[in-house]
Amino acid sequence: MFVASAFAASAQDAAEATHTETGVASEGAHKAGFPPFDSSTFPSQLLWLAITFGLFYLFLKRVVLPRIGGILEVRRDRIAQDLDQAARMKEEADQAVAAYEQELAEARKKANVIGQEARDAAKVEADAERRSVEKELEAKLGEAEKRIASIKDAAMRDVGTIAEDTAASIVQELVGGRLDKASAAAAVKAVKQ
Amino acid sequence: MANDPIHQFQISKWIPIEIGGLDFSFTNASAFMVATVVAAGAFLFLTTSSRGLVPGRLQSISEMSYEFVASMLRDSAGSHGMRFFPFVFSIFMFVLMANLLGLFPYFFTVTSHIIVTFALALLVIGTVVVYGFWKHGFGFLKLFVPQGVPGIVVPLVVLIEIVSFLSRPVSLSVRLFANMLAGHITLKVFAGFVTSMSALGAVGVAGAVLPLIMTVAITGLEFLVAFMQAYVFAVLTCMYLNDAVHPGH
Repeated sequence: MFVASAFAASAQDAAEATHTETGVASEGAHKAGFPPFDSSTFPSQLLWLAITFGLFYLFLKRVVLPRIGGILEVRRDRIAQDLDQAARMKEEADQAVAAYEQELAEARKKANVIGQEARDAAKVEADAERRSVEKELEAKLGEAEKRIASIKDAAMRDVGTIAEDTAASIVQELVGGRLDKASAAAAVKAVKQ
Repeated sequence: MANDPIHQFQISKWIPIEIGGLDFSFTNASAFMVATVVAAGAFLFLTTSSRGLVPGRLQSISEMSYEFVASMLRDSAGSHGMRFFPFVFSIFMFVLMANLLGLFPYFFTVTSHIIVTFALALLVIGTVVVYGFWKHGFGFLKLFVPQGVPGIVVPLVVLIEIVSFLSRPVSLSVRLFANMLAGHITLKVFAGFVTSMSALGAVGVAGAVLPLIMTVAITGLEFLVAFMQAYVFAVLTCMYLNDAVHPGH
């Protein structure tokens, strides 16, 4: 602004120096009225300024400013509303996530329980089966042992009979004469013991 | 005459009107006041007519000027000062539009006449004084007695405060008037150099490039000045209104 006015001053000097008729004119204008200082135009300027500025003020106050204020208000409300909604939605989403996680944890726990139960049941069943199998095997074993013992007894008895017969035959062959059955049995018995 | 830099400020009567011996003619100045008001009013009215939730470019300009002035007033005069918002906004838009319209070649600059800027400044100071006394009664006079001043220098300080208060309308009006006047004279003088040097032949035409560049540069500067002066006028209005709202400070 200072620069501008300095320019103006120097420019005016220059203009006055170069164009003498301009200098005369502006000097004359200073006396007859440099336009902005010509008081004969003041009433007209003041009247028309009052009319135009007054109407402008009323127009802005009644029509334009309420309208722009309304636009801004509506926008602010809308933004606040949208932010509220966004916050609410976020809360809902958070709740959903929390519920989901809880459900997941519960499901995992339940799965563990089920797994454990299944494992336990399987173990119990396996044990029972093994026990029954073992019992059966034992029973079979016992039976087999009994049979073996009876077979052995029978065999041993047979062995005794065979020995008696053989002894009797041998005595008969060697000595001649018959060996009665009871003494042969007693002899075999004595040898066996 | 073409090269007279003062010619652009001349007032010519378009429709002579005389009431009670006073000249109330509709002049070129009156016409440009009407143009200023119509242009500013129509711009603000038409750009906001769609009331878009998402503003277009032009609607943004209107909204930005609204919020610009509103924040300016709220910052300097507080929320109580917002009752003067239509007044400050009207002044800002009027001065801005008058300054900008004046930058068109052959257009008259309303604010280059001291009586117009002085009338606006008096309107501001008048509002301050009337509202100050209406709202605070004689408490408004506390404006001239700053708090925390030692008793012995109070008369001196009060004198200074009164003088500074009385000089406000003068400084407010002369600042705007002188800036507009000086800017337009400068522009006209440099533009005049271009034509008068071109008349001197080939050398003159070559030499005329310099003032031409200056004219373009000053036109850019004048757009800045047009906005700055409207802004300064509005800011000072806000600060003076703050005195009316809070005279104790």
